[in-house]
Amino acid sequence: MIKKRINIRMSGLGGQGAVTAAHVLAMAASKDKKFAISNPFFGAEKRMAPAESYCRIGVEKIFDRGELVFPDVIEVFHPQVITMGKSYTMPFYSGIKEGGVVIINSDVPLLSKEDAERLNDLNVSVLYIKGTQIALEVAGTELSTNMTMIGSVAGITKCVTLESLDLAIQERFGKKFVASGGTASLDEAIKKKFAKKEMLLQKNFATIKYAYELGVEWAETNHVELCVAAAA
Amino acid sequence: METKSVIGTQNKKGQVYTDARVMMNEAPRTDAFFTGSEVIKEAVRRASVDVMIAYPITPQSEAAALIGELFAEGYIGDYFRGESEFAVMGQCAGAAFGGARVFTTTAGPGTMRAMENFPMWAGARLPIQVIVTCRGLNSPLSIQPDTLEISYLIQTGMLVWHAETAQDFYDWILKGYMVSEEPDVHLPLALCCDGFFVTHTKDTVMLTPTDMCLPPYDPYRSPVPCMDMECPPVRMMRDPFVMKSNYISYATHASWQQEVWAAVERSRKHTIAWLDGLIETENGDADILLVASGTAVSQGREAIRLLEEDGIRVGLVKIKTIRPWPGEEIREATKNAKHIIVPEFNVTGWLAREIKASIPDTDRLVAAPHVFGGMTMPPEIIVSEIKNALGIRTEVLAGRG
Repeated sequence: MIKKRINIRMSGLGGQGAVTAAHVLAMAASKDKKFAISNPFFGAEKRMAPAESYCRIGVEKIFDRGELVFPDVIEVFHPQVITMGKSYTMPFYSGIKEGGVVIINSDVPLLSKEDAERLNDLNVSVLYIKGTQIALEVAGTELSTNMTMIGSVAGITKCVTLESLDLAIQERFGKKFVASGGTASLDEAIKKKFAKKEMLLQKNFATIKYAYELGVEWAETNHVELCVAAAA
Repeated sequence: METKSVIGTQNKKGQVYTDARVMMNEAPRTDAFFTGSEVIKEAVRRASVDVMIAYPITPQSEAAALIGELFAEGYIGDYFRGESEFAVMGQCAGAAFGGARVFTTTAGPGTMRAMENFPMWAGARLPIQVIVTCRGLNSPLSIQPDTLEISYLIQTGMLVWHAETAQDFYDWILKGYMVSEEPDVHLPLALCCDGFFVTHTKDTVMLTPTDMCLPPYDPYRSPVPCMDMECPPVRMMRDPFVMKSNYISYATHASWQQEVWAAVERSRKHTIAWLDGLIETENGDADILLVASGTAVSQGREAIRLLEEDGIRVGLVKIKTIRPWPGEEIREATKNAKHIIVPEFNVTGWLAREIKASIPDTDRLVAAPHVFGGMTMPPEIIVSEIKNALGIRTEVLAGRG
């Protein structure tokens, strides 16, 4: 189904980069000349506390902002979002639209039989991605898990191009970025993981690309056809 | 005495002091994809601000920190952190008394803590600009958007504007100084937005050139003498009227309050010229009108789209300024409306109350939907409220939770 707009809800835990992921995805969409808006929702800035972010991408001007109540795609960055209810909603998938997609970062299935049935009734496709493992293998650090979440949703829905994602991560990590004390220290932490900044950009992009291709393949194999129209 | 205009000359960063009308209305613009906080920084970069005083409180902390970066780059005259919001607003007053263009930011409980200073600013005719990134006030603690604090600010004698988007914010920070520094206005401006929905949202914004900035503040255009700190006026500081407790002292105070509110009224003509009207109307001839300010306008725009798909035509009235209050404009814009829907991000519905005091046949007005304490307002609940008003049955929305 080709849509005029795609709404992506990212449910993660503080420190995982869900906020950054939504911003990078929206920046890429903007570079693709699409309309995009991204914003986060969190309480006190605390590691492992629930943190959500939202990214809306479309071919007409977007006014809607704030918490995304009726998403097309939900990305779960951490198993605890499901297993410990670290989500702004219970269940984590409430509000998902028919024909939607759920992407879960986990090595093992986490949905109860009842949840799986409810998602199935709504014709929602579920992808388990070993995001943290991919990040460790490709980038050499679990801090790049959010890049796998960006790549997979882009591969499945074609909401942004790989070229624009490359430009967006260069813009986000290529220069000094001040958002808050918490963000600044996390930025410093990830920079220390790489010998050079170019390496950080390169490895993160490689992680995005890996997950993108995985998403493309999964969507083809499972006939998932949720995508956003090309920019006018 | 020879006077010389600074227009066309450069500041120490090489920015050219530019006529504000040229800068805002004619200069070329370039697009940027920024958060609201980054947009505040970019506006302040071009605002020739002398003093910025910061105190952290979510969701304005990012903007305050980013302006610290601007100071480090040399764009701000002076920048420091106060010890509380109350202290910050007092320090802002000191800097403005001394003739500086002053900027600060606050939110929610910070606004409330600083509140005593706002009528003081207005009474002292200090054209300070404070950005208010509205958030929840009451216990239990919330850092999420809620516009309740605006209902307190509108009684202070300050100008109060309510931005919908980061673009409004960018333009209005710069235009705000131009309005509030007019000699017949000379009042502080509380430039409000819904926290997070504007401050933390990345959106496309059209910026004026980096190498242009506003002309500096001229304290000699103030309608009251600017303060000579070495020789403060005795009448104000050491022998105020209140000490006399006689008829003259009360009459003086009363007439000065009237003068402050008259100055709010006088800001109308400048504000209309700079903001292109105090309200903005779309499809104003529709039977059903959404009347809103801030983020509720954006959510209303999405609701209007959804209703169009159902063949229901709804118009929009966006209220840009709460003080001065566009009562006549709203009365005129809503005169033929059969249903007036006022969605708000607060529990008391202060905007609906203001509107009701300005229009006839108030039974046309639906003061809903209301969300508060950090809840979001999905367009679907506005749609459902409008359908209710029209007597159309809708499904109960239980999207989340």
